[in-house]
Amino acid sequence: MSTSTIEGQSDGVTQCEHLLRAGNTNCAGCGMSLGLLWLGEALDGHMPLVVIPACCGIVTAGAFPTTSYSAPVAASTFASSPAVATGLSAVAEMNQEDNPVICWAGDGGTYDIGIATLSAAAERNENIIYICYDNEIYGNTGGQRSSATPEGVFTTTSPAGKSERKKDIMAIMAAHRIPYAATLSIAHRDDFLRKLRTARDKQGFRFLLIHSPCPTGWKSEPEESVELVRHAVDCGLFPLYEVHDGRRYRVTIRPDPPTPEAVDKYVSRQRRFRHGMLDTDKLIRQIEDQWRYLDVMAREFSADDAIR
Amino acid sequence: MARKLVTGNFAAGHALALAGEANRRARGCAGGAYPITPQTEIIEYLRRFEFSKGRIVPVESEHSAMAVCMGASLGGARTFTASSSNGLAYMAENVFAAGFYRLPIVMVAVNRTLGPPWNIWVDQGDSLALRDAAWLQLYTDSHQDLVDTILLAFRVAEDPRVMLPTMVAMDGFVTSHTQMVVDLPEQEQVDAFLSTGCDVPHRLNVNRPTTVGGLTWPKETEHHRREIQDAMENVPAVLEEAINEFEGVFGRRPDGAIAAEHTEDAETVLVACNTMARTLRGVVAERRTAGTKIGMIKSKLFRPFPRQAFRDALSGVKRVGVLDRNHSPGSGGIFWPEIATSLSDQSDTIVQDYLVGLGGGDVTPEALDEIVEDLLQRECSGDPVWKEVAA
Repeated sequence: MSTSTIEGQSDGVTQCEHLLRAGNTNCAGCGMSLGLLWLGEALDGHMPLVVIPACCGIVTAGAFPTTSYSAPVAASTFASSPAVATGLSAVAEMNQEDNPVICWAGDGGTYDIGIATLSAAAERNENIIYICYDNEIYGNTGGQRSSATPEGVFTTTSPAGKSERKKDIMAIMAAHRIPYAATLSIAHRDDFLRKLRTARDKQGFRFLLIHSPCPTGWKSEPEESVELVRHAVDCGLFPLYEVHDGRRYRVTIRPDPPTPEAVDKYVSRQRRFRHGMLDTDKLIRQIEDQWRYLDVMAREFSADDAIR
Repeated sequence: MARKLVTGNFAAGHALALAGEANRRARGCAGGAYPITPQTEIIEYLRRFEFSKGRIVPVESEHSAMAVCMGASLGGARTFTASSSNGLAYMAENVFAAGFYRLPIVMVAVNRTLGPPWNIWVDQGDSLALRDAAWLQLYTDSHQDLVDTILLAFRVAEDPRVMLPTMVAMDGFVTSHTQMVVDLPEQEQVDAFLSTGCDVPHRLNVNRPTTVGGLTWPKETEHHRREIQDAMENVPAVLEEAINEFEGVFGRRPDGAIAAEHTEDAETVLVACNTMARTLRGVVAERRTAGTKIGMIKSKLFRPFPRQAFRDALSGVKRVGVLDRNHSPGSGGIFWPEIATSLSDQSDTIVQDYLVGLGGGDVTPEALDEIVEDLLQRECSGDPVWKEVAA
């Protein structure tokens, strides 16, 4: 940020240079840190209005009266960020203000408690960029299962390993036929920034899903965070793709077909997947199945074709 | 000013819409709309109204209706909505958030019994359950009182000395679905009365980026609560000012925090809110004709609770009967302890609670007269009395 007072609050500033300032409370290796920095970069100085529900992202700001965010931020209740953003967006529009309204929410607030609010805002096609940093766990409360937690993962509320699959939130959002939905990985910066800018330049409801490593919850080493999510893309577990208007698909990074070795590179460095407890063959079949679906959609309903 | 025969819900929708429209020269107006019996016609009215600078968002829940109000208020707009009963309960988390955010949202609460078991009739337990949410609460006894109080609510809520959300309550069906003749204000009058426009000083501002509502330590939290208490204590004076200006614009004077009748020489006084106060008025008048030194108080402002006004009005009174159409299980009526606490330095005064009309039972003049008879016989106060009424 260009200027700041000793309280950390800025005055007379309309350009947002660094959305996330130094001195924030994020853990080392948190995927949010790169995500927020790159979000700021993709905004090209446009000052956003940010709504953050209960999640690590509001702890990031630090305690009042300081804040590590350089943009105006409203801390909303857990389930409410898309509805609060709706109000902000409505007032911005009626006052001819074009500041992007952005929700920055975790997977608990997105997949679980907030999904009705999210669905409703998407159905109304509100002019909002909704970004979920998905660390596949309730991180702020110390690591409980969410419906974004993958099968086989040990958390404090799935002590025997989670027995259900991760929810396919992208399919749910695509079913709302919103203008744009995309998956992003902090291991693929160019793809990440391009999708942020694509979202920025569209109108209506835009949904971005960031695979966001959480060393505390994943029981992984902070310095390996970026490499870990790169392995998730490489083994096919976290596909990078985008969906236009809920119908037109494009795969943006295409990995080789999954192998036990590629999957092992991802899971073996995280103690949330306990040794010997993960059914690798089953996981590979699931990955192959997901890719068959994406390939059909990207071929038969390609984002490169005009809407028929 | 047009005198028209309208329902309570029509009157409320009209007042909210005109107040919203009056902010068209500032940052406009917005709100969330979600249906629940018996307030649905209010949000239908708001969705029909053609605002020149406003948007009423048809949301998926009461929780989100309040969240939209919060977002729009954080954007600096004038904001409002309406709800009832379980809708208010579902909304509760965000009702508290709006209070603690200090956003001057106005909400009409059409009182309805909380379920289960399911019951659509009047009972004030729904709005009273939200008494600790840092909202002002005003209870209205007629359609005219409702219209006037909604307009006053915007003035008081948006006053920099208050800057707190405000709930205006009316009885489900008894007010919401019956018709009365009302002086319906014109847009120009509302424009004049709300000429300052809504300004939320802590709204999100791109020229001064702040994080609103983030983490605080105990010291700052305590300070925040203390500031809300100070703001609450400013309400009686701000409300009185607003009533004075209202009278100048509209030519009539709405009731203030309480409306005391015949209390100057009364030995016995009954207290009621909403339409029960209207029924009580007739009962008290008949008793006075018969020579009983009796009076009444229509209790309008519940938060902040106007302790001083009650102290002043009930000084030297022997018996106070509180009519509670609400129930806090394990305690009794909810107005009762508030009034008893206000009179704690009057040890000789009996303050007796009557639970009456719960779940929408029809509170007839005869039923209230029986309560008066019971109260007149009392030499000391006891546990809350359950006064059952037919139907």
